[in-house]
Amino acid sequence: MSLAAADIRVRLGRKEILHGVSASARAGEITAIVGPNGSGKTTLMRSLTGELACQGRVTLNGRDIAAMTPEELARRRAVLPQAAALSFPFTVAEVVRIGIEARGEPADALVPKALAAVDLPDFSGRLYQELSGGEQQRVQLARVLAQVWQPLDDGGPRWLMLDEPVSSLDIAHQLTVMRLAAGYAGAGGGVVAVMHDLNLTALFAQKLILMSGGRVLCQGSPEEVLTDQALSHAYGCRLRVNAVPDSGIWVLPHAAA
Amino acid sequence: MVALSPDLRRRAAPIAGDRSRPARRLALFLALLLAAVAVVSLGWGASGTSLTRAVSDLMAGRELAAQDRVVLLDIRLPRVLMGMFVGAALAVSGAVLQGLFRNPLADPGIVGISAGASLGAILAIVLGGALPAGLAAFFGWHLVSVAAFAGGWLTTLALYRIATRRGRTSVATMLLAGIALGAIMAALAGLVILRANDRELRDLTFWGLGSLAGANWPKLLAAAPVMALALLYAPWLARGLNALALGEAAAGHVGIRVQRVKSRAILTVAAATGAAVAVSGGIGFVGIVVPHLLRLASGPDHRWLLVNSALLGSVALLLADMASRTLIAPAELPIGIVTAILGGPFFLWILLRNRGVLDL
Repeated sequence: MSLAAADIRVRLGRKEILHGVSASARAGEITAIVGPNGSGKTTLMRSLTGELACQGRVTLNGRDIAAMTPEELARRRAVLPQAAALSFPFTVAEVVRIGIEARGEPADALVPKALAAVDLPDFSGRLYQELSGGEQQRVQLARVLAQVWQPLDDGGPRWLMLDEPVSSLDIAHQLTVMRLAAGYAGAGGGVVAVMHDLNLTALFAQKLILMSGGRVLCQGSPEEVLTDQALSHAYGCRLRVNAVPDSGIWVLPHAAA
Repeated sequence: MVALSPDLRRRAAPIAGDRSRPARRLALFLALLLAAVAVVSLGWGASGTSLTRAVSDLMAGRELAAQDRVVLLDIRLPRVLMGMFVGAALAVSGAVLQGLFRNPLADPGIVGISAGASLGAILAIVLGGALPAGLAAFFGWHLVSVAAFAGGWLTTLALYRIATRRGRTSVATMLLAGIALGAIMAALAGLVILRANDRELRDLTFWGLGSLAGANWPKLLAAAPVMALALLYAPWLARGLNALALGEAAAGHVGIRVQRVKSRAILTVAAATGAAVAVSGGIGFVGIVVPHLLRLASGPDHRWLLVNSALLGSVALLLADMASRTLIAPAELPIGIVTAILGGPFFLWILLRNRGVLDL
């Protein structure tokens, strides 16, 4: 079972942002979309979630997402947004419920489980707006987990799509979130994440999609994608990839240009 | 998959942060309060008619005195019902609009929607006078209601188009565009009023101030069904508005048909505000004060907020109407003045409280 984009093109206004991107992610793995700012990572993500209309086909578990209703899609994949602003003073419990109640299902039993999963077990009565940025991010993750908690009738995998899930977290909570994602993938779920931190990516992702200028530069395992040549080309600066015994791959920047 | 099999049937103890129970209790309390206030309001007034005497007459199987019948059934009852409908319509319009714009400062009066509805109503009154007499009599207050609805709807639509770019609604643009739209509508209304004759002018004056004094059965029967439809439909928007609080993209991701929710919310606001304005003129601030108080009391969950707004909006307007009937008795203060004197400072208070929090 997979999430796949076949030759998708996206235009925003007059500018084409994605020029025929084909990429795929498998359930049971963490697939990371990496690349420099403006390379089209987020646009690719928004196409894969169905948020952005695009030319070409995106299929989820073998079905074209353009042919799925919003409810069907919402049961099969949940999306963690980059920015997590909320306009009214909801409590944490109320935020976590929103994703389930949007389709009219009861949420009581899932709220404590989802909050425990993101290491915020005692936060359900707190006001969301009074939390720190990192805590808000984890509450959003709990909401997203709760949305796809229920198994599907066809037993197919459910997907987490995370847009820069660790960008506002301290290193301990970056690990919490990535381990959670790894656990989700390990249990058979699919995870697609837009990532900036190449080292964290190398540590957790089984597949990387390296974007550059609205195209896929290369995709494959961390060893295949994280090479001096590919990274230096994509990011336009000298980067050195080292294999550190017992810890996998590390990307080191150079101080000199 | 993930060792998290759901157990949705079992009802556990309430979760911390789940405010649906207090919200439900508040709804019950507000419903009782509304019933009480409505009864008091029915007995409230300058004439010597007393509700207790009328009730004891009825209990004793006697006919109502002619004067009591006129005062209670033809003057006060339609006025009380009108107050309830208009208060509910304005408060729910405010709550829906705030949910749609994701901002607690949106209000049909502030962003020019009431002005648009007024323009529609004024056009109907003045140009309706030019219609053949039979046709005008046939449409009567329905024409005014429909025109007010159309004016409110077009204004809301324009406002939303102007304030929203690439799915993001700018609050600053919304408020500024609302001021501009309101000014344009008021100017156009002024132009139309210049053409009005004396009788039409008398009909028109109450729009500037807002009043329930003109309430009668024909007006009520023309406007109440529209308001009732909007009020009954509004709770169906609740889940969508809750999800919209996460942002439009996230609302779409949880399975909400965002465009549909938005256009239906706009229609609901236009219908409720339009009908309310058609029969009562510009009564301001109910739409901003009522939902705000309720969010403080039991949270922003729209499943309760919309219902409770309708109830508290009715209560608030009946109380304001009683004040307007007594403060300078035997004359009557337009109710719009009462709500503005109470609501204006409240609006400023919200602004001050949220300074630095609201992203303007």
